[in-house]
Amino acid sequence: MALNKEQIAQRIAKELQDGYYVNLGIGIPTMVANYIPDGINVVLQSENGLLGMGPFPFEGDEDADLINAGKQTITTLPGSAIFDSAMSFGMIRSGRVDLTVLGAMEVAENGDIANWKIPGKMVKGMGGAMDLVAAAKNIIVAMQHTDKAGNSKLLPKCSLPITGLRCVKKIVSDLGVFDVAAGGFVLREYAPGVTVEEIKAKTAGKLTIAADVKEISF
Amino acid sequence: MNKVVANAEEAIKDIESGATIMFGGFGLCGIPENCIQAIVKKGINNLTCISNNAGVDDFGIGLMLQKRQLKKMIASYVGENAEFERQLLSGELEVDLVPQGTLATRCMIAGYGIPFVPLLAGVGTEVAEGKETVTRNGKQYLIEEAFDADFAIVKAWKGDKLGNLIFRDTARNFNPLMAMAGKITIAEVEELVEPGTLDPNTIHTPGIYVNRIFQGVTYEKRIEQRTTRKRN
Repeated sequence: MALNKEQIAQRIAKELQDGYYVNLGIGIPTMVANYIPDGINVVLQSENGLLGMGPFPFEGDEDADLINAGKQTITTLPGSAIFDSAMSFGMIRSGRVDLTVLGAMEVAENGDIANWKIPGKMVKGMGGAMDLVAAAKNIIVAMQHTDKAGNSKLLPKCSLPITGLRCVKKIVSDLGVFDVAAGGFVLREYAPGVTVEEIKAKTAGKLTIAADVKEISF
Repeated sequence: MNKVVANAEEAIKDIESGATIMFGGFGLCGIPENCIQAIVKKGINNLTCISNNAGVDDFGIGLMLQKRQLKKMIASYVGENAEFERQLLSGELEVDLVPQGTLATRCMIAGYGIPFVPLLAGVGTEVAEGKETVTRNGKQYLIEEAFDADFAIVKAWKGDKLGNLIFRDTARNFNPLMAMAGKITIAEVEELVEPGTLDPNTIHTPGIYVNRIFQGVTYEKRIEQRTTRKRN
């Protein structure tokens, strides 16, 4: 069985290390916050100007002045800090944010990512994605392996407008966990019940299989 | 020195069609609701707007879009607004999409008197097209210019009659940056107080940057995504 969105988030959460400052994008990346392993303390950065993002407020406690970058009502935590948008991207740009998790429409075998525009069709804008991918030391992409028509989204080269060049280090898709290395995608782990052959068939970009490839465990 | 004006109508009375205006806010959080409504009512058009987002169809900058008041929108993210997408795809509206950190930094450097800055975001993308570049230590950067805005309109939580401002929570976002960046800066605040009331240590925007200030009325503070958890 391919992973569902929650399981993709759960697997990514295993990449978190104690003391990390982490920026989570909209969608599946946001769910990573629900699976932070016991004993691991991370500080979530929201690029609209908050370090130390807390959970959603209790019903009735929503505050219009306190939202995350997805415009969802949230809370602060003991030790949170608020700042303006320039400082927010200052901490991203200067490499203080240890890990960025974001979604993608396409990733190329050299680590290029496309996730902001479908020409003539979708023009929502890049938000903070271009700044994040240009600066973050460690970028993990959470994505579906194929589009709705079954076409691979792990490609030799992105066909959509690029968000950033050679920046993705790791992908967790519904089919597996992949490193993005000098020679292309490397399959490290496969989803339970998904075969390596199926992953090969559904990956258009160059793919090698790690010698110690194994099933994803949670 | 008198920076205090009676209301939004008075604050924006010299903004004419064709002006370039910055609007503070992230989504609908921390937007200058009173001034936006006054601009909609005044009916000026051909405006260039610099703002992170374009509101939603029936609130924020979306209200100006409904009345076709915008010639150009400079923003980082414009989802959540069907009318915007329609005007863009039909060619009625000129749009310049700017990476969010670049947008913030271009506001910031305007306020700091720095004309341009080298930034990594957007290298190798459509954003880089037509831009000057500079290379240092093997890395290529885009030269990004300070914004040049006729007016900056911001929303603060508290302000005093000298224009000193304090923002609240994530309603701060672009507001203090834009407050420093406009040729004329207009601040609307939830609470306007006498000088000496606010602790100088807690001021986010010093009054030198603010030309006009007034206490706004009837803030709706609409929430875009109301997300909650259940009480145990």
